[in-house]
This record gives sequence, C-alpha cells and structure tokens, in this order.
Amino acid sequence: MRDVAIVAFAQCDQERRVEDRSDVEMLSPVIQDVYAQTGMTAADFGFVCSGSTDYLAGQAFSFVLTLDSVGPWPPIAESHVEMDGAWAMYEAWVKIQTGAIDSALIYAYGKSSPGDLRAVLSRQMDPYYVAPLWADSVALAALQAQSVLDAGIETERDWAEIAVRNRTNAESNPRALLRGSPDADTLLNDDFVVNPLRRHACPPITDGAAAIVIAAGDKAKELSDRPAWIRGLDHRIDAQSLGVRDLTVSASTTKAAAKAGVADKPVDFAELHAPFAHQEGILRRAMGLDDSVDINPSGGALAANAMMTAGLIRLGEAATRITNGDGDRAVAHATSGACLQQNLVCVLEGE
Amino acid sequence: MTELTLPASIADAEPVRSIRTPARLDYIYTAPLATTEFLTNIEQKRIIGSRCPKCSKVYVPIRGVCPTDAVPMTERVEVADTGVVTTFCVVNVQFYGQAVEVPYVCATVLLDGADMGLFGMVAGMPAADVRMGLRVKAKWADEPSKSLASIDYWEPTGEPDAEYDTYKHYL
Repeated sequence: MRDVAIVAFAQCDQERRVEDRSDVEMLSPVIQDVYAQTGMTAADFGFVCSGSTDYLAGQAFSFVLTLDSVGPWPPIAESHVEMDGAWAMYEAWVKIQTGAIDSALIYAYGKSSPGDLRAVLSRQMDPYYVAPLWADSVALAALQAQSVLDAGIETERDWAEIAVRNRTNAESNPRALLRGSPDADTLLNDDFVVNPLRRHACPPITDGAAAIVIAAGDKAKELSDRPAWIRGLDHRIDAQSLGVRDLTVSASTTKAAAKAGVADKPVDFAELHAPFAHQEGILRRAMGLDDSVDINPSGGALAANAMMTAGLIRLGEAATRITNGDGDRAVAHATSGACLQQNLVCVLEGE
Repeated sequence: MTELTLPASIADAEPVRSIRTPARLDYIYTAPLATTEFLTNIEQKRIIGSRCPKCSKVYVPIRGVCPTDAVPMTERVEVADTGVVTTFCVVNVQFYGQAVEVPYVCATVLLDGADMGLFGMVAGMPAADVRMGLRVKAKWADEPSKSLASIDYWEPTGEPDAEYDTYKHYL
C-alpha cells in the first residue's frame, strides 16, 4: 500500500441558510483556500472528486455546474459520487493506490435550505416499500432511537448530555452552526420532533461546503510539515431493508473499523458523523472506543450537518488536529443513508 | 408470469401487478446576489455581465465566479441588447406543457460586448429564414420584470449577417 495523507482542509461557515451565494459561489472560497494552503491549482492535481446530491439542489446535473469553482480548464480528470464527500475521498485514495496519480482534490457541498430536507431524504429509501410511505429522515432515526431505549442501552438523558458535550465542544469551532448549549435538564424540556427524539437530539439543518487535499509519500511531506497519514480506510453497507437490521448496533461500522485497524493501537480522539445523538453511542460501541477517547472535539454533526459534507468535514477536522499536534492517532467516520446505513472509517496518524 | 401460491388467509386477495408511487418535491430558490444584480437591471432593460480579471471574458448573465479560471468576478460590464445568432434549432415537435405554437426557433445569441451566448427565442421572421450569423435585437416585453421573460424574443435588425470568423470561437 502507498502511504497517503490528508495535507489540507478548508470549510466555509456552516450556516442555516446560504441565500446570497449560489452553490458555486459558496464553494469557491473553500477551493481557493486549499489552493492557497498547497500552492496548487486545478491542473496540479492528478484527480478531482466531489460528493453532493442533485436532490438537494432540485436540479439535474447540478454537480457539473459546481465544477466552475475548481477552474476545470484545460480539462481535468474528475469524478463525482452521489454520497458524502468522504466517499469521494475514498475513490481518490483508491486511485492513488493504483499508482496512477500522486495527489487529489476532494470537495463536497450541500444546501438543504431550498427544499424540505426530511421529504428530500425520504427519496433515498427503496422505491417500492419505504419511499412510497414518505418515511422521513427524522422519523426513521426516531425508530432507531426507540429501539435503543427499548433495549435499555441508553436513556433520553444520555442523549441530552451527548448533545450538550458536542455543542459545548463546538464553542471552539468558529465554522460550526450551533455553538454552546443549555444544560441537559433544560434540554429535556424540549418538545419532541418525532418521539423519542427531542429537538436537541437532532442535527441542525445546514448549508455548507468543504474541501480536502490528499497526497502520497514525498508529495505529502512536501505539502505539509506534519501530514495526517491514512493508516486504514474502509467502508461497509448494512442491509437495505430496515426490517432485517438490528438498529441498536451498526454491523457495517464494526466491520469497517476492524478492516481499518481502529483497535490496533490506542486512539486519542475520534470525529464521528453521528447526526442524531443516539447514533454516537451506537458508533462508539461498534468501534470499541472507550471513555478515554475524546469524541468530536469539533462539535460533530450535532453542531453542523451539511448534507454530503459533514462526513468529509469529520475527516478534515481529525486531520487538522493531527497536523496541529493535538494527538497522534485519530479515527474519522462518515455515514450516509438512513439509520447509519453506510459507514466509512478512517484511521489517521501523525507519524 | 409465474403463478403464485398464496397462503389460505389471503387466497382471495387480488394480485398486485404494478404500483404507481407519484413523488413531488417543492423547492424555494432565492436568487444569489450576482443573479439578483442581473435581474434588477433586466427590469430596467439593461443587460449586465461580469468580466473575469484573468481571462477578460465577459459572462452574461452575471456570475460570481469565472467558470474557466475559478476566480471571483467583481467587474460589471453593460452589454448591448443586440447580437448575433450563433446556433439555433427549429422546434417542430409539440410536447406536453409547451408554451408556444410550433414551429418556433430556439437560439443562442452572442450579445455585442459579451463572450457568452444567451439562450432565447428568435421570432418576427419565418422560422425557415433563421440562420447562423443573423443580426438580432431584443424585443422587450411591454412590462419588464426581474426575469429573463422581460425579453419576449430576439428579432432581426435587418443588418447584413455577421462573418463566420467573428463568432466561430463562440460555438
């Protein structure tokens, strides 16, 4: 395997509504930021890969338009995943492993504000049995939360405390949307959005964009004084039908974590893409991360959850902390789909 | 089709051969600042573009970022409401929801002073006579609004056709 590292990361302010800028204009400063960090522009990358979904924009091939923000002339080698940008990074990482290229630009963006997000996300369910019911994202997460309660694994108070910790962590993250939180007792007076999920246990609807640069070997060392080396990277998918899954666990995360080698050495901190409060524990237990691991120092997806973007931000936040010397070994995780259906796990190390 | 053997409890049920699951999503778009500037000017019968500081090309409508160089475009340029038909298509096929009677002509119009064609309809002449290089001008709506619908269509100016060499790089 070739040594590959995350060497640059940028994100815009994650906002409830970005109305004054188009997708291209929202993304453009983020791309310029990683260009400035690396001294590279479009033509210097072996590959460009993006993650987004046309369902958010309500426009076919919207991802082609946003290539404008990269400056794709003369023509560049590029690809797109209709998933979180973390999977775009996976595609780029595989391409580097083939030896074809040495560096890649990855970006992701999502504006949820123009549409009804819960309805939009219902369209990702299977078209025969679930999508016609318009089972929305919060309702499905509530189904999962209820099974966690029924199994006696966690309580509503646990989720309130998780929400408080994440949003308190976000106080040191100027890009996050929700920074700071009332205490758990106050939060437990919130109304239910969908029983048993109260407002604080749900992620904020967010518009945002992010970009990272990955590079192999010497190229990575040239671009960063302390690259965040990708020591393990794997993604797995649970069964499509919710009815055949045990929603209190995440088998795909457990498998991805094992393949990525999470348990091989101690973990200093983890960035987990857990949009709903009850999902953090599911992920932590699935990966075997104990209480010694600092979870979501950036505030996680409960503080900002731009669709198709929040997973890539987990990778970028973890890498930035490694590069800054805040830890030597980190886990970054991204999810996609309903009830943690698809999970990507990445192990990052400073040496 | 394979015949199914149903459990006794639902033996009388009518087999489902197909399902229809209509879906509809509604979106509310807000024009970004750059687009807003363009639309506000269109209402005043002014067509504004943006010039790239790097390649100097003028894009109409205004865009915030040059699609070639990926740099912000802050300079504004007013272009003419006259131009050249670079490419066109005569529509002879009727389809559901069509607003105009066939035949009609869709065209890309390269406005004088712009480096990017604008999509529109050419009318005021027989469809069969529309051609590449045709000089046209905007037929403004009686009551312009913050919309491209402020230009009803593009009509011939009667000037001689533009030489191919003058617009060949814009095809």
